[in-house]
Amino acid sequence: MTNSKQSQEDHAAIDESITSRQEVSGFGAILRTQPFWVFLALVALGLVMSFVSDAFMTERNMFNITRNMAFFGIMALGMSAVICTAGIDLSVGSLVGLTGIVTGLIMQAGYGIELGFLGCMLVATAVGLVNGILIAYLRMPPFVVTLGMLSIVVSLARVVSNNQMIYQFGPDQDLFEWIGGESVLGVPNVVWILIVLTAAFWWVWRFTTWGRWVIAIGGNAHAAKLAGIPVERIVVSVYVVCSLCAGLSAFLFVGYTGSVTNGMGFTWELTVIAATVIGGANLMGGIVFALGAPIGAALIELIRNSLLLAGIPALWQQFFVGLFLILAVLLEQIRNRGGK
Amino acid sequence: MSLLEIRSITKNFGAIHALQGVDLDVARGEAVGLMGDNGAGKSTLMKIVAGNFLPTSGKIRIEGNSVEFHKPIDAREAGVEIVYQDLALCDNLTAGANVFLGRELKKRAGPFSMLDYAAMYRRAGELFTELRSETRPRDLVRQMSGGQRQAVAIARTRLSDPKLVLMDEPTAAISVRQVKEVLALIHQLKDTGHAVILVSHRMPDVFEVCDRVAVLRRGAKVADKRISETTPEEVTGLIIGAIEAA
Repeated sequence: MTNSKQSQEDHAAIDESITSRQEVSGFGAILRTQPFWVFLALVALGLVMSFVSDAFMTERNMFNITRNMAFFGIMALGMSAVICTAGIDLSVGSLVGLTGIVTGLIMQAGYGIELGFLGCMLVATAVGLVNGILIAYLRMPPFVVTLGMLSIVVSLARVVSNNQMIYQFGPDQDLFEWIGGESVLGVPNVVWILIVLTAAFWWVWRFTTWGRWVIAIGGNAHAAKLAGIPVERIVVSVYVVCSLCAGLSAFLFVGYTGSVTNGMGFTWELTVIAATVIGGANLMGGIVFALGAPIGAALIELIRNSLLLAGIPALWQQFFVGLFLILAVLLEQIRNRGGK
Repeated sequence: MSLLEIRSITKNFGAIHALQGVDLDVARGEAVGLMGDNGAGKSTLMKIVAGNFLPTSGKIRIEGNSVEFHKPIDAREAGVEIVYQDLALCDNLTAGANVFLGRELKKRAGPFSMLDYAAMYRRAGELFTELRSETRPRDLVRQMSGGQRQAVAIARTRLSDPKLVLMDEPTAAISVRQVKEVLALIHQLKDTGHAVILVSHRMPDVFEVCDRVAVLRRGAKVADKRISETTPEEVTGLIIGAIEAA
């Protein structure tokens, strides 16, 4: 009698230990995320660099690193949403050029910063809508649609700008350059914007139906459709969000550099996608971390900065970005195999 | 009066006549077994009733009212819920999130509305307990057994207290004990006045829970009999065509 009771309890304990392995919560869950491990790599690289170079830990250098990464971090937030639906947006880099030119032309003509911003966002929305509608309603592959869009947008930027550089931004030039280039409380404005946007996206992914539905579509679009989720509309909105992030980044970047050419943003999409994937996004879809975007962008910028300070020729920069990208994906593969 | 009346439904996919004038009635508290060989048109009929596609011709009435389902959501609003054969779950979400997919519970937080995790997990937990399933609301579906997935899919239909529940092979690919649980659930649905259509290949299941059995063959209904007036042998004969009609 006691024996059987004992063994029953044992079985209960085994059952519990088997099933509790699946629980997803608390610190254990954080340990299992890609951004956490990339963050550790970030800290480790930072530690090494603080010994290698005295210039690394200076306020000036930290300021530069965080500011430079912010432009890519903002775009990576939007790219995370697209990649979460198992899509891709190759047109964001060239869209930075087009929206930058449009902002510049509007402000150069003296219309002020509000209209400049509005024009920038409208162009971004239009490009996002076209991408999204072709992908969601005409069921064209995202890779092809956005590759075509990349080419179209580059060409439009050249046509609209008439191949001229713009460096005068009318009556609001000072404000415009302050937003993109200056800081508040010692932190660059663009970094504040990245922080606010990351917090907003964290909220969206965790607490809104839109976020939940985007993740569901990435997991199983067919099931999402059967559950009554308006899959097509959500997918369109995801591409619009991604384009808007690119537009915002362009607006800030033009203000920072104080000039814009139609070549701005060219090939940025590669850096943005790399940052997103390093930050834990899975190209198969269904996985998204708000924090992954800034962490991925930070790692790429840190690599660039470290090579510079360590005296390694800048020609090696892309090599190491590529290396870390492959390592990040490899790490995820290994963790997934271990977890199952 | 029947809860669901299907009248001379046909469905063509190009040259293929998937359904050729099928009639079917289901009353409240009644379970009808829908049987037939692969390609007989069972799934097509279910998908029409669930709003996945429109019939080429024919009518569907629910409680005497003519209905036309253009989207799954139309059917759901009319009180029809379906458990799909492939279960249609998102592997990357938790069991609770899947139960509430597309109809998430929300609460207000100042000016924002946010997903109410606590309420959804509590309700999902209650539903799993009702189903006597060990499924835990916070577990990821990716890590679940076939039976647990089944419980998630069935729990989804229980959210809205539907009038009619369609089940497409709910007992395929699950353990013997869980088959009993699913059958017990079907009994429970009947006792509470729900109508059930059970699509199944498993003769014992149909004979255990259903009041009637309808047999489709090549898109036409060849039999519609009370369970008490037929035998598994006769139904098998009807399915494979050894018996022309009954």
